[in-house]
Amino acid sequence: MSDAGNRFRTLLGHRLFWPVAVLVVMLAANTVYRPGFLAVELNNGHLYGTPIDILRLSAPLILVALGMTLVISTGGIDLSVGSVCAISGAIACLYISRAPDQDNLVTVLTALAMALGVALVLGAWNGVLVSVIGIQPIIATLILMVAGRGLAQLIAEGQIITINSGPYRAIGLGHLLTLPLAIFIALAAALLVAAFTRRTALGMIVESVGGNREASRLAGIRSGRVVFLVYVVSAACAAIAGFMMTANVSSADGNNTGLWVELDAILAVVIGGTSLAGGRFYLGGTILGALIIQTLTTTVYAMNISPQTALLFKAVVVIAVCLIQAPAFRAKFRRRRAGTPPPPQSSPQRQKEQVPA
Amino acid sequence: MTSLPISAPSWAKLPRRHMPVLATLTLLLVMYGIGVSQYRAFSNVQVVFNVFIDNGFLLVIAVGMTFVILTGGIDLSVGSVAAMTAMVSAWLLQSGLPALPVLVIALLIGPTLGFLMGCAIHFFDIQPFIVTLAGMFFARGMCTFISDASIPITDGFWTTMSQYRIGDPRGNFVSISVLVAFAVVLIAAYVLAYTRLGRNVYAIGGNPQSALLMGLPVGRTRIAVYTISGLCAAIGGILLSFYTLSGAPLIAIGMELDVIAAVVIGGTVLTGGSGYIFGTVLGVLVLGVIQTLITFDGSLNSWWTKIVIGGLLFAFILLQRLIGIRYK
Repeated sequence: MSDAGNRFRTLLGHRLFWPVAVLVVMLAANTVYRPGFLAVELNNGHLYGTPIDILRLSAPLILVALGMTLVISTGGIDLSVGSVCAISGAIACLYISRAPDQDNLVTVLTALAMALGVALVLGAWNGVLVSVIGIQPIIATLILMVAGRGLAQLIAEGQIITINSGPYRAIGLGHLLTLPLAIFIALAAALLVAAFTRRTALGMIVESVGGNREASRLAGIRSGRVVFLVYVVSAACAAIAGFMMTANVSSADGNNTGLWVELDAILAVVIGGTSLAGGRFYLGGTILGALIIQTLTTTVYAMNISPQTALLFKAVVVIAVCLIQAPAFRAKFRRRRAGTPPPPQSSPQRQKEQVPA
Repeated sequence: MTSLPISAPSWAKLPRRHMPVLATLTLLLVMYGIGVSQYRAFSNVQVVFNVFIDNGFLLVIAVGMTFVILTGGIDLSVGSVAAMTAMVSAWLLQSGLPALPVLVIALLIGPTLGFLMGCAIHFFDIQPFIVTLAGMFFARGMCTFISDASIPITDGFWTTMSQYRIGDPRGNFVSISVLVAFAVVLIAAYVLAYTRLGRNVYAIGGNPQSALLMGLPVGRTRIAVYTISGLCAAIGGILLSFYTLSGAPLIAIGMELDVIAAVVIGGTVLTGGSGYIFGTVLGVLVLGVIQTLITFDGSLNSWWTKIVIGGLLFAFILLQRLIGIRYK
């Protein structure tokens, strides 16, 4: 077999190949459809253009998806992130709207700290339900997903809280070094999570708990504590994302802030190659997944298709990516093309018991 | 996960698996009792009938969801499929098709989508969560693809079904939807309890590996439950269009959560293998009575519904946990 062929096969087999391919194809299609798509211009010292917009708008999703990656890696799932976004956004906006001087930096920071604190409590609640009481993650977080929307509306008393605060708006729309501030916040969060999980043993511990919680416990890992921790981290990420979402529009709407973000985040994680059954996780893949979802949304908006119809495209992409990544589908496809049964895999795929998700 | 089942106290001579359903029944009776003692009009029989009239479609969809959850799966697409069914029927009726073919077409879409999702889940081994999520996006996208605005239904058959009242039209009555819902419930209860398919569903939910080793048709059953869920969602969608006399692209958003909550409150365990249709009926009634209570009170806002449902979910899961129902 030729060397080039081998290299191509390795590239094709790389776990990030298909997500990158999908992103590139989407960007290329956009450029063909609208030649100015990739143009970026400098205006007033800030960079503007569709690619920058995609990056800025995907920042909240990246944040939520980062937390979700850790949760999914432990074999759990966190459905409550959308509600946590709504609650944290509502608390921050409520505090700022009651303050005499909304532009005061101290006021804004107090508001953020308060909202973040509440989010940590909510995350701890999820963590206790899953790790101490032992409720199935999907159900434990479903409680907060349903009740959280109600709480957010309760905090806002059913109103949409509008604020006029410069520092708060900067979280969503501000600029730093010509680029939107939101990108840096998301990047910082990603680097922080990556540093903690990949530069220390924490990442491996999380993966081992996801692989087999009981075995990890017997090996001396405090599984319960790790599971508790990931839900708290997920809630914290969701809270910051909630600040961004509400800062983008300078208002908090208990009903709509972060609506369906949990589904998008789970999609981003799955597209990135992390298995819903737990175990290994890929932060880079997750970020890529979030970018794919945001690019898709932006593309559909640019084509003047209604946001709801955009779901149709999302469904197609989800199914395509999942099918391509499904080992069963790949095996079938390969067999049909080669006409011979696939060689026995040298490293048998870890068969996990079906996890109801 | 280690979970030492806490042994049931000695007074609990009842089979442990009946406990959640009995708890739901008790809760329902207590809530109804509170309603009757607080509000004079609550004791009117029509209040009970109205709960059924307002939640007939939810009941049908919850029955389908019970099948899926009993096998240990989940179906997130039901709300969107119901909306799509209502939308398609409204659209076809508007374009002049007679009622019968519209009904047939509308009832075929849901099961077809369910069948496809079941195949994807079984043959390609993709998580039900992700597959049905894609199904949900697809169905919701189709709704707005058909029309951005809501389409009114003026067809004679539909208006008759919507307005016909069984019983005393000025006294206590139920709508035809309620009868349809009851029929679905009875058929489903029979299928689950007395047919081969029903027993297979429980077996797979209990342990798919064992079921496979016993020679049960795991794949066929798994595809069948998603098809059944799709069919129930389609019937629910038709009932919804009877109820609202229109097809609206944004209707029934988040309904899947209500449905899952109803099934769980009804005592079905989410890991599968344990639960009853009767429990699901009670679960739907609990949700209906909560809404009625909040409407009767008048001073509480609608968001309290969500908070109460969340609280109940928590209480019931804790109960299931305490009486030692197996969680994987």
